[in-house]
Amino acid sequence: MLAAILSLGCIGMIAAIALGFAAKKFAVYVDPRELAILEALPGANCGACGFPGCAGYAKALVAGSIDLNQCPPGGADVVAKLAHILGFEASAAAREIAVVLCQGDNRKAQLKYHYLGLEDCTAAQRIADGPKVCPGGCLGLASCQRVCPFDAIEMTADGLAVISREKCTGCRKCIAVCPRKVIRMTPSEATVHVLCNSHDKGALVRKYCQIGCIGCNICLKTVPDAYKIENFLAEVVYEHDAEANEALPKCPTKCIRDFATGYPEGSTQLLASASSMTGRQK
Amino acid sequence: MKLKTFTGGIHPPDNKQWSSHKAIEDCPLPAEFVVPLAQHIGAPSVACVEVGQRVARGQEIGSAKGFVSVPMHAPTSGEVIAVENRPHPWGTSLPAVVIRPDGEDRWSTELQPADPSELTPDEIVERVRLAGVVGMGGAAFPAHVKMSPPPEKQIHTLIFNGIECEPYLTADHRMMLEEPERILQGVALLQYVLGAERVVIGIEANKPDAIALLKKHCLETPVEVMSLEVKYPQGAEKQLIAAVTGLEVPSGGLPMDIGVAVHNVSTAAAITDAVLHGRPLIERVCTVTGPAIREPKNLRIRIGTPLSHLVEVCGGLIEAPGKIILGGPMMGFTQLGFDVPATRGTSGLLLLRTEDVALHAESPCIRCARCVQACPIKLLPTTIAAYARRDLLAETAEYCVMDCIECGSCSYVCPATIPLVQAIRYGKAAILAKKRSSQI
Repeated sequence: MLAAILSLGCIGMIAAIALGFAAKKFAVYVDPRELAILEALPGANCGACGFPGCAGYAKALVAGSIDLNQCPPGGADVVAKLAHILGFEASAAAREIAVVLCQGDNRKAQLKYHYLGLEDCTAAQRIADGPKVCPGGCLGLASCQRVCPFDAIEMTADGLAVISREKCTGCRKCIAVCPRKVIRMTPSEATVHVLCNSHDKGALVRKYCQIGCIGCNICLKTVPDAYKIENFLAEVVYEHDAEANEALPKCPTKCIRDFATGYPEGSTQLLASASSMTGRQK
Repeated sequence: MKLKTFTGGIHPPDNKQWSSHKAIEDCPLPAEFVVPLAQHIGAPSVACVEVGQRVARGQEIGSAKGFVSVPMHAPTSGEVIAVENRPHPWGTSLPAVVIRPDGEDRWSTELQPADPSELTPDEIVERVRLAGVVGMGGAAFPAHVKMSPPPEKQIHTLIFNGIECEPYLTADHRMMLEEPERILQGVALLQYVLGAERVVIGIEANKPDAIALLKKHCLETPVEVMSLEVKYPQGAEKQLIAAVTGLEVPSGGLPMDIGVAVHNVSTAAAITDAVLHGRPLIERVCTVTGPAIREPKNLRIRIGTPLSHLVEVCGGLIEAPGKIILGGPMMGFTQLGFDVPATRGTSGLLLLRTEDVALHAESPCIRCARCVQACPIKLLPTTIAAYARRDLLAETAEYCVMDCIECGSCSYVCPATIPLVQAIRYGKAAILAKKRSSQI
């Protein structure tokens, strides 16, 4: 009885010492940040990031080979946690969000033909350059909405994509998928935007869209620093946009919009500002 | 006796009762003609008239550019009031010549009548080219190109397409009933030019009156009139060849590769006009039909007549149409409004009510393979569509997407209402775009 206890105890002791020695000798260094990240990730191993499971994504993040925003299930919370772990300051200044530069929905912009093909903007764009007369306007077939990992894009009833300023993380997936390049990245604190993407001459724009930029230069004359006009299309100069909203009441087609104040009223992109106003408020 | 046909296909309700009994009527001239310079497959023609110039009926107003192209002609005499981009049935604005008729309808003397027995085959082809004759079935492929195969490709069988398998359309049916002589003269001309041994006019069995009439006219001639099974798309070129000869056009090939040529019966009539009478292709028969039009008719229209005028001539609309289609319901082009003109390929104007065109929500594929059974080309529509929608172009091409004739049979039978032909068309366009960009 005693012999059995002693012999087993000795074997156990020797094995424990050997294991303890091996653990020290053959230890593999794991970056503590990797463990922390793994902790922060949802742990669903869904593969949406493009890596084999959360561990693979964590490794890639520590290696610095990938953006923080590749985890759709985690959403904005996880992005913030990851930024904290990796030592990035998720500062408001660095944050960019996507904006759809168009307000010409199916009521306000003229159609060119009756599109009945696939529910996909790229497919529609292949047929005579898209069903809208405007060469740059949103086609409203929701390709960006389907690709958005953060559920930040909504389609209005009249077929216009609207991006939530709160939910957008700036992952640029919608920009990659849009065949008309109507979505642009803008600094998140800039709330005044010219919501038009047509470089046609004013007279032509007036024919096919009630709310397009006609290149009349009035905004430029009102606040010279804040705007620039190229090829009959005004654009906000985001570096000097402090007074950009002074031009809003003067814009004849109401294509300039301030998301902070919601002005002008009745805008097609009303939805975006109602629930989610961020940035500078006056 | 079992009628000949191809494998696959569908049986949509033909709805030809609206207009099949109506004799062809001449459509009065509209206030303005819009003649697009691109109405055919191939290079668009180039305007050769100026604003303010007076033109005569049948005068050349657009000259052909290259071999696969045809000239355009004035539909009536009058004044050119604009040469500019106008809405086109293809869905965009394209260059067009706008003519205001002067009411005299005076013929031009550019092309003179000729005696075919004194013409060589090459001279006949040249007259067809100058007259701007294109395939009248809908695709509008220049006829002179099909009439000049390379010398090593001898045509042994010449088939005339009197099938008209698209539901609603009755233009070719009325042509065969009312103008068999005009068609048969063209048949003889084409046989002479191509030197074919066998000549067949294929007609679907749902037109017994046309079959009987043409049989009577062809008694003393080598022309064979064949009754074919009623099935869509029996009138597609490759399916018609399969039904008549049992031969299959190789993948990516043309009918002339297997010694066959197919022309529409209305094209034969247009060739008669061009060669014998020196009349260019400025008019055609067009069926205006559908539940939303007050009085369906078969109209002989001038090319360039605005659709709004056709609607007016047919008594106007009963209700606002849910869908306006140029051509038939299966392969026609949906239009946004009535401001576009009828072109050389416009075999019909179909006006459907909103209740006729209810869209159904798509649901997942249940792997029933009805689309595979229906496909007349023996493709796998569900597989190709799935690849195309995921932009897997290499796989899409591997499954022979380029052989699809876009007949829409797969979408028609799909119980899950998956937009199969739409996805396949997207895949084809994507592959073509990729090819073009890699060539540049």
